[in-house]
Amino acid sequence: MRYVKGFGLFWWDFIVGDSIVLAGGVLTLLGVGYVLAMNDVGLVEFVVPAGVIVTLVLSLPRRR
Amino acid sequence: MTSDILQFLAALLASSVEMVEALTIVLAVGVTRSWRPALLGVGAGLIALAIVVVAFGPSLVNYVPIDALRVTIGTLLLIFGLQWLRKAVLRSSSLKAKHNEAQIYEDEVRMLRREGKDPDSFDWTGFTVAFKGVFLEGLEVAFIVLTFGTNEGRFDIPIYGATVGLILVVGTGLVVHKPLSRVPENTIKYAVGLLLSAFGTFWAGEGVGVEWTLQDPTIVALVGVYAAVSAALVWYLKPQAGLAPAFEEPTA
Repeated sequence: MRYVKGFGLFWWDFIVGDSIVLAGGVLTLLGVGYVLAMNDVGLVEFVVPAGVIVTLVLSLPRRR
Repeated sequence: MTSDILQFLAALLASSVEMVEALTIVLAVGVTRSWRPALLGVGAGLIALAIVVVAFGPSLVNYVPIDALRVTIGTLLLIFGLQWLRKAVLRSSSLKAKHNEAQIYEDEVRMLRREGKDPDSFDWTGFTVAFKGVFLEGLEVAFIVLTFGTNEGRFDIPIYGATVGLILVVGTGLVVHKPLSRVPENTIKYAVGLLLSAFGTFWAGEGVGVEWTLQDPTIVALVGVYAAVSAALVWYLKPQAGLAPAFEEPTA
């Protein structure tokens, strides 16, 4: 049981780390990328990197 | 003869591109974390790769769901790379305390002792990142060799090409790992964050069906774009540093 918990905690820490926004944002973005690619939307190769940048910006602290 | 030379060069160049990608990831893990998990990850990746190649042989191309692997590995690398890039942006804008390795080592050892854990325990994160990089890129090299070999009806020439590529890439890694270890750690971590984010975007994108117009050079373009954006973010966030004390987060 201890090893199962340790294994789960390792992956949680690896994937979520310090910011759940990054993990959630990347998964959402790739879902959107998949839908766009399946529908032959030509701009998808720009949408994915742009989404990565937006995800990074959202994970940073706001200016006060 | 000319066709043999061309096939050799094509296999050498195509497999070298994939091997350089694997080398970049292994060097990143080795220089920033530790060489032991990085090299064990390489070993485990090569063993897993050998098992898959021997088990499936030339029919590998039909059985391994390469897109599913690209999505899985690319997504994990992208998330991991962005975590590093985020910390690098915060450190460079002085919103987060810069890494002081000696101090961090002392703190970690003290914390682990308090929790009853072994401070020398194995770095599974470093191992996993190196393993995945080598396994995925190795599979791509195997695909290249198998594709060339199947098309031409002989496997010796693409195998020679890939082998020479491997020798060149490993030789390059042996030469550059020392100078790399002298670069300040925060700078290396910034670069690694950029590289992993770019590789992750490329692979995960390919896996979900994105067709990159520039193909492999897209990775270089992504590194450039992410570097420019992160530099702009550092510039934007820097004025905040005087308003708030640098905060600490768990180290990567």
